[in-house]
Amino acid sequence: MTLLEVRDLTVSFNTADGVVQAVRGVSFGVDAGRTLGIVGESGSGKTVLTQTLLGLTPGADISGSARFDERDLLQLTEEEMRHIRGERISVIFQDPLTSLHPLYKVGWQISELIRAHDKSVSKKDAAERAVELLSRVGIPRAERRVNDYPHQFSGGMRQRAMIAMALALSPQMIIADEPTTALDATVQAQILDLLLRLQRESGTALIMITHDLGVVADIADEVLVMYAGRAAEKAPKREVFYTPHHPYTKGLLESIPSSSAAGDRLRPIAGQPPSLINLPSGCKFHPRCGYVMDRCLSEEPDLRQVGESGFHNSACWLPAGAAGLSEEAEELREEAVHEERGEAAAEVAEAVAADVPGVAVVGIEGEGAAE
Amino acid sequence: MPASTGPADTAPVSTGQPVALEGILEEDVLVRVEHVTKHFPVRAGGLIRRTVGQVQAVDDVSLVIPRGKTLGLVGETGSGKSTLARCVAGLVPVTSGRVIFDGRDVTNLSRRAMRPVRRDVQMIFQDPYSSLNPRRRVGAIIGDPFAIHRTATGGERKRRIQELMERVGLNPEHYNRFPAEFSGGQRQRIGVARALALRPKLIICDEPVSALDVSIQAQVLNLLADLQQDYGLTYLFIAHDLEVVRHVSDSVAVMYLGRIGELGPRDDVYDTPRHPYTAALLSAAPAADPDTAAARQRIILTGDVPSPIDPPSGCRFHPRCPKARPLCSEQEPQLEPRLGDAPTHVAACHFPVEAGEDLAAAAPARSEVS
Ligand SMILES: Nc1ncnc2c1ncn2[C@@H]1O[C@H](COP(=O)(O)OP(=O)(O)OP(=O)(O)O)[C@@H](O)[C@H]1O
Ligand SMILES: Nc1ncnc2c1ncn2[C@@H]1O[C@H](COP(=O)(O)OP(=O)(O)O)[C@@H](O)[C@H]1O
Ligand code: SF4
Ligand code: SF4
Ligand SMILES: [Mg+2]
Ligand SMILES: [Mg+2]
Repeated sequence: MTLLEVRDLTVSFNTADGVVQAVRGVSFGVDAGRTLGIVGESGSGKTVLTQTLLGLTPGADISGSARFDERDLLQLTEEEMRHIRGERISVIFQDPLTSLHPLYKVGWQISELIRAHDKSVSKKDAAERAVELLSRVGIPRAERRVNDYPHQFSGGMRQRAMIAMALALSPQMIIADEPTTALDATVQAQILDLLLRLQRESGTALIMITHDLGVVADIADEVLVMYAGRAAEKAPKREVFYTPHHPYTKGLLESIPSSSAAGDRLRPIAGQPPSLINLPSGCKFHPRCGYVMDRCLSEEPDLRQVGESGFHNSACWLPAGAAGLSEEAEELREEAVHEERGEAAAEVAEAVAADVPGVAVVGIEGEGAAE
Repeated sequence: MPASTGPADTAPVSTGQPVALEGILEEDVLVRVEHVTKHFPVRAGGLIRRTVGQVQAVDDVSLVIPRGKTLGLVGETGSGKSTLARCVAGLVPVTSGRVIFDGRDVTNLSRRAMRPVRRDVQMIFQDPYSSLNPRRRVGAIIGDPFAIHRTATGGERKRRIQELMERVGLNPEHYNRFPAEFSGGQRQRIGVARALALRPKLIICDEPVSALDVSIQAQVLNLLADLQQDYGLTYLFIAHDLEVVRHVSDSVAVMYLGRIGELGPRDDVYDTPRHPYTAALLSAAPAADPDTAAARQRIILTGDVPSPIDPPSGCRFHPRCPKARPLCSEQEPQLEPRLGDAPTHVAACHFPVEAGEDLAAAAPARSEVS
């Protein structure tokens, strides 16, 4: 059952430097009990996207809709939103110190949260519930640790405390914004393990925002790849990893050092993400794309169905069949580029190839050329 | 405070502890770290501050880095990686032990005596945002080492700076721009150019790509590889991303609470980790591949890294180790090769991990969660 259905969400900010187009027409759905992974480079709009759903982007220009359980989140009053936040949807941020108050005991903060949403709970019951929640997220000797202040907790413990708070009101959905980015690998593994298990137990929907493809490979069911405020690709996890269609997704996967090629040259993506105030024309990825064709310079592609499953969507002008890392797929892409790259795009392609050594650009020979 | 050997000592270098040296000639060694310990005093109290303990940031660490090679250093936050790096670079005095650079004992040299060594050892830091002074132009920033060491002046300096910019993939025309006008990846290139200015022998890279997005990270890693090849550079490369470390390193050292838990040639350490902590770390690292991720048995460690002020007795890993037995808390294990392993592959563990051993099953299965 679709719990959250976001349609054409657009968010921009008016700043002194100009209009920041942080999110431009993003649509997706999340089902109960499922995990949606949202990946993208920093600044691609992941946080703005999800904060907007929770009414946490004051001053932003917002359009689109976000239906959650029969209601449009974007139309709620602040009062209504306060009830949704925490009770129905809760958030876990990257840096727990921003959400835990430094001057109050961890346990008190959890029990106050419970009482703020339900006045009928007694102080004593709320305090007991805080202990129970802390031990549920793996804080040893929770009955003693409830009396600690946040700074007495390690980074991993604070993140657990945040998860405990997120669970306190048994929400239907949890949004986790880079919850493990600041943590070490072994602690990250503990936290991911915990989130997954809690989700399985309670059937909560999870939106996991991260820039780490490893985290997505691990826990997502569906994946949304964001680039410059838009969805570049949206598909079930395996398709994103094994048969990517969008050159940005493919580029991300190829940039990661992997065990099979230790010591070999990596294949970076050329250039850098664009300014959201001054976006490129056409496909926003074109100044970095090794497959750039003429129409990419003027027309922005929308998400459309590609590949074979019926659930795989990509916003790219390359042929729908050209998904994957196989030679056939590459041939299809090359053919398309061959036919549709005129002079204008050829110039862009030259610039992409010149940007960093080792970048693969179809149709251009030399060190950077694709095989 | 430090109780260490005096200045420049050019006597023949003695071999330290097990330092993974098989088949490497003495003259091929650029860096030799012998029993290096670095403690920081912990002070408390008001006006009269008294020392109430020691942070054992680095404790009895020995290793070597051969010329032209890369030693990768991994470990959790606070395990002592940066501190060890700063000891090697001579940026902090060591509490005890020796650092031998290019055949010369450089332990706790005076500023003056350290000067020529400083030229040969450069550092690149993690944060491309805070490590560059925002009010200075990049040309001036990259040219700092020339100014400090009074080499190259005037037009010659500018020419060399622009050469460096070109070499690291920056546009030499951006000589007069400020750091804020560059992206994260470009700022990291500025740091690389500055490190390269005096043609050092050793570059210490402390999390050089951790703050960068993957697409940009690959650009910088390729650049570092090219420079190593072209100039015969030696790297001490610190990172918490195990795939990045595997990609760049010839040998790898794993640190835990100030000590080396495991050390050896890259493939040996990655393919047959002997220390349970190494095994846990490897199993915890997220692989960007759904099938690998699904098939992997993650060893979930319980608890957090203990305080380096009061590290656990015996093996420092014992409170979190799935294989711990009574001996582990009583006796400190020494770095040594497991029977049958290459002598260069050493681990400090009483009960090293066997090939195919299922540590995930041995781990207390999240027992603290009811
Ligand atoms: N100047 C100092 N005074 C006191 N303690 C210090 C000092 N520098 C480092 N430490 C402590 O020494 C230990 C090792 O720190 P270090 O910075 O070397 O860790 P690291 O492995 O580089 O961690 P990270 O991955 O977070 O960079 C930590 O407990 C740290 O708090
Ligand atoms: N309140 C704001 N005012 C102006 N710009 C903003 C504001 N919040 C975010 N942005 C901009 O929106 C873009 C997307 O940001 P964000 O969603 O935080 O990216 P991500 O989470 O993907 O790293 C960035 O360029 C950011 O600077
Ligand atoms: S091929 Fe064209 S549409 Fe597709 S990503 Fe590249 S520039 Fe964009
Ligand atoms: S010595 Fe004991 S506690 Fe330490 S790593 Fe080995 S088995 Fe674990
Ligand atoms: Mg963010
Ligand atoms: Mg460090």
